[in-house]
Amino acid sequence: MAYSDKVLEHYNNPRNVGSLDKSADDVGTGVVGAPECGDVMKLQIQVEGDTIVDAKFKTFGCGSAIASSSLATEWLKGRSLDDAMTINNTEIVQELSLPPVKIHCSVLAEDAIKAAINDFKSKQGADPSQA
Amino acid sequence: MNAPIYLDYQATTPVDPRVLEEMLPYFGEIYGNAASRSHAFGWQAEEAVGQGRERIAHLIGASSKEIIFTSGSTEGINLAMKGVAQMYGSKGKHIITSQAEHKAVLDTAKRLEKDGFEVTYLAPDSKGRHSADQVAEAMREDTILVTIMWANNEIGSINPIREIGALCKERGVLFFTDGTQAVGKVPVDVEADNVDLLCLSGHKIYGPKGVGALYVRRRNPRVRLVAQMDGGGHERGMRSGTLNVPAIVGLGKACEVCEADMDTDREHALSLRTRFEEKVFGALDHVHLNGHPDHRLPACSNISFSYVEGESMIMGISNLAVSSGSACTSASLEPSHVLMSMGVGDELAHSSIRFGFGRFTTEEDVDAAAEQVIAAVKRLRELSPLYEMVLEGVDLSKIQWDAH
Ligand SMILES: Cc1ncc(COP(=O)(O)O)c(C=O)c1O
Repeated sequence: MAYSDKVLEHYNNPRNVGSLDKSADDVGTGVVGAPECGDVMKLQIQVEGDTIVDAKFKTFGCGSAIASSSLATEWLKGRSLDDAMTINNTEIVQELSLPPVKIHCSVLAEDAIKAAINDFKSKQGADPSQA
Repeated sequence: MNAPIYLDYQATTPVDPRVLEEMLPYFGEIYGNAASRSHAFGWQAEEAVGQGRERIAHLIGASSKEIIFTSGSTEGINLAMKGVAQMYGSKGKHIITSQAEHKAVLDTAKRLEKDGFEVTYLAPDSKGRHSADQVAEAMREDTILVTIMWANNEIGSINPIREIGALCKERGVLFFTDGTQAVGKVPVDVEADNVDLLCLSGHKIYGPKGVGALYVRRRNPRVRLVAQMDGGGHERGMRSGTLNVPAIVGLGKACEVCEADMDTDREHALSLRTRFEEKVFGALDHVHLNGHPDHRLPACSNISFSYVEGESMIMGISNLAVSSGSACTSASLEPSHVLMSMGVGDELAHSSIRFGFGRFTTEEDVDAAAEQVIAAVKRLRELSPLYEMVLEGVDLSKIQWDAH
């Protein structure tokens, strides 16, 4: 299968690989996918106020899945939470020129973003000082 | 970018120069039709075809009259299974085969089911093999055909063909084996091994593509087939069509070379495979061999690298030509049906790569391959959330994944 140059570039030089402390209050973690489907994405954000100041990922999956999550971390940094919620999988498809069989990779990345933001928000909600 | 290294010898093999050389005149000055009985052009072609038939027969312990030329194993499989089913369908409607067969067998079996046959698909054991006892248990009064492959193309596991054949002989059931991966690599003797029908293919044994042969037993018992193509009645009426003389010459020569070189080929492949596996298993943890460690084709090494997905692995070793057990590239997201049938979990099936070594693979190829594999796995595990969880002591099987 032929990969686009952008997918190859992210695969060879993935951005923001790593992990943040998932128990920290200012960190939101999203883990989506399943090993038996051949892809699992873990995406984490660190938030100050309502701005995402850092983002990290680790992905088990094909090159397009790795590229989608790498790109997502790039796009997340510096965005507000509300703005980040609007990131749509079709933008990822366009940016990486993903073929139809790889669209699920972009969907997974969008899900991971939303899961991380929701995790962060639920931590704030669960925090009595914020209530 | 380094020069690509070919490690996909189960997919196809290069034509051996000795084979090519022998074929060339048959594309040029020797162009007769082997069925032309009335002139020297035809006789010359017929003689070449006859020699090819002899060489193929010799390699598998058959008589040359029992060799039917085909376009390859897909055709051989279709002819054997449909030909037997249609010929003997009035005696019974039950066929036994394996879940780990090549698609050509599985899809032919599905077609026969649509035509009113009943097919039992046996699950292999965890090493990808079947026992004669398992086949015996599945046999019924109305079983007319058992189809179990000699050696598996994905994992290389070799079935106990002689015992399965003996069982079939005792029960009076015809036994067809897909010998595509085994013939030329391991000893095959259709008499001692009790085989009634066997297919082989030129391009897996350093011969040309698009040519193969079906062995059809002529005595004890005499096997009859319904032809699948109508025409001039070539090949004892079982397979019409003007013979592809250059390809048959090449197939014959390929068989002769395989027979002469079988021991050297096997030792060469085994030493390369051992070298490769020692390096890879020595350098990495969480690595699994798929298939049987010993009852296995000497040239085949199917390995799952846990917590690394197969397609990303293939990208990471992009100048190694190998195959992945993960079919994420195709429209379906199904992992290999062979690994699934053996009970290898989806995750390991998605992480599997088949390395195939062959006559023209060198130690330098193997060393470079092992080095690249080890580097790619280490890099991708840095990226893998699953590997991270395992290092943290998380039991992945206890996690509630949200499968899509
Ligand atoms: C076990 C097995 N059976 C059948 C086939 C089909 O053979 P051919 O390519 O000659 O049609 C192959 C090759 O892909 C094979 O490995």
